[in-house]
Amino acid sequence: MWSGHFHYWIVIFLMMCGFYTALSRQNLIKQVLGLNLFQTSVFFLFISVGYVAGGTAPVVRDGFEVYVNPLPHVLILTAIVVAVATTALALALIVRIKEAYGCVEELRIHELDSAEARSVRVKDHS
Amino acid sequence: MITDHLPALLVVLPLLAAPLCWVLPGSRAAWYLAMVTAWLVLALAAAILSQVHSNGISHYAMGGWRPPWGIEYRIDLVSAYVALVIAGVAAVVLPFAGLSVASEVAADNVSGIYAAWLLSLAGLLGITVTGDVFNLFVFLEIASLAAYILVSQGRDRRALVAAFQYLVMGTIGATFLLIGIGLLYAMTGTLNMADLAGRLPGVSHTRAVHTAFAFIAVGLSIKLALYPLHRWLPNAYTQAPSAASAFLAGTSTKVAIYALIRFIYGVFGWQFVSQQGVYAGVLLVLALAAIVSGSVTALFQSNVKRLLAYSSVAQIGYIVLGVVLGTVAGLSAGLLHLFNHALIKAGLFLSVGCVFYRLGSVRLADMRGVGREMPWTTAAFVISGLSLIGVPLTSGFTSKWLLVSAVLERGWWPLALLVLLASLAALAYVWRVVEAMCFQGGERSRHPLPEAPLWLLLPTCLVAAANVFFGIYTDLNVGLAQRAAASLFGAGAMP
Repeated sequence: MWSGHFHYWIVIFLMMCGFYTALSRQNLIKQVLGLNLFQTSVFFLFISVGYVAGGTAPVVRDGFEVYVNPLPHVLILTAIVVAVATTALALALIVRIKEAYGCVEELRIHELDSAEARSVRVKDHS
Repeated sequence: MITDHLPALLVVLPLLAAPLCWVLPGSRAAWYLAMVTAWLVLALAAAILSQVHSNGISHYAMGGWRPPWGIEYRIDLVSAYVALVIAGVAAVVLPFAGLSVASEVAADNVSGIYAAWLLSLAGLLGITVTGDVFNLFVFLEIASLAAYILVSQGRDRRALVAAFQYLVMGTIGATFLLIGIGLLYAMTGTLNMADLAGRLPGVSHTRAVHTAFAFIAVGLSIKLALYPLHRWLPNAYTQAPSAASAFLAGTSTKVAIYALIRFIYGVFGWQFVSQQGVYAGVLLVLALAAIVSGSVTALFQSNVKRLLAYSSVAQIGYIVLGVVLGTVAGLSAGLLHLFNHALIKAGLFLSVGCVFYRLGSVRLADMRGVGREMPWTTAAFVISGLSLIGVPLTSGFTSKWLLVSAVLERGWWPLALLVLLASLAALAYVWRVVEAMCFQGGERSRHPLPEAPLWLLLPTCLVAAANVFFGIYTDLNVGLAQRAAASLFGAGAMP
């Protein structure tokens, strides 16, 4: 069971690494990195599910009996496009956040926000 | 014939108009184009609803590829009903957006807002019409990515952070959904919803299918902001430009609820979801927690947009409660509340947007005395607020009435009591705003505000009037919701 399903364990390991990184890091860029790892692990899941031992590309030729279903690969191409778009938007937002706040640390941003909300006198002791 | 392609046009039209908005010279032209597109789409959605209403389920093979190989658009009453709600909200809010967006968003970005708006609309409508689970994921991401852009365009820099948080949460939710879809595909070899519904019962005892349901339910719960996964919503709705708040509050979470309904009743089947009472039970408890926590948190907000956002969390709880009751009465109450809540929240956010346009603030403390200066806006807020509370002769009353009677039908009277208590909380938080607007602050230093301009006032009053209209002429809507719910149960009970 362990050896037969080892790709699932890799998927789960990657997934948890990414998930944990996305939720636990204060740095916004690291959050995006975690998100990317999380998404990539799911791509891996789809691709590995689609694999058939000894199968070939689905082109009918003599001597080949077992074919691999190409649909998961196609789905993942679409999902990769979605992930790229998400990453691009996230990075663009980070650039704007850096311009507006001067930092990309979540805690610091919240400090700045609450300082602004309380309209505290000085916020330049950074 | 063009009428055969209505389902495709519903998605293609806004999708094509979006880049045009972007390239058109001048933001005014983009606004006109977006408005025309939204009203055309509304007409399409109405045509599709009447078609489905008379002819039954409409099938459309995208690109001529036969299902289950190709992507199928499958429109039943529920899809058509939700599509009409989405298109209606977009069409009513867009006229409002012109002045409101121009006053809140940097001039360079105004065309982009309308492009994002139409992209979001295309994605949301796509979710309602598609019959393919992977296609649903793609449309969900199109809608969400556009929604992140809309939120990020708020005037305050906190809008950027709110959009980023929304993006992280939303992407996690979408990826959860993708995992679930992958597991379903691995178990059944199909992505077509009707096909899945036929094949899943054969493998429904396997752990993979249960895992798939858990991932899909959690992923969609993030998207629909079900307690305790709602943390992104208050910030996003508060910081987004006023028009975008009204649009998103009326549409994006509603469509996620539709997707949940579709998965529960159209793919897994109610039998699977209710077995051992675990999944339905968990969703029920979360819905109740949402009702309580959303209503109570809304009581203590000082920013009116944030107050409305927390109230949305509670209202989403009502809808999910109706959906997971597992009866036709409950589901139709949920669907009806989905419709009504879109009306109510659009009305409230629009009137708050009018105030923001004149006042430049939506803090309760700043809004004192606005009622005397902007009587029409205030009247619209009060009417929509009454509908939110569920006062008779407003649309909110019908859905709450149906929801309470559906809960009583199951014999769960403590829950019915809870729903009524939460309505009292709604009365309290709506009253706080109305009190500040009408009965406070006689002597202020600022100059009296003029009433909001007609372009803003007209859509606002239109939505408020619709709240009363659907509260009086209930037959239209209730009958439709009940038929839609019954049709869904017919499909879910399929072996």
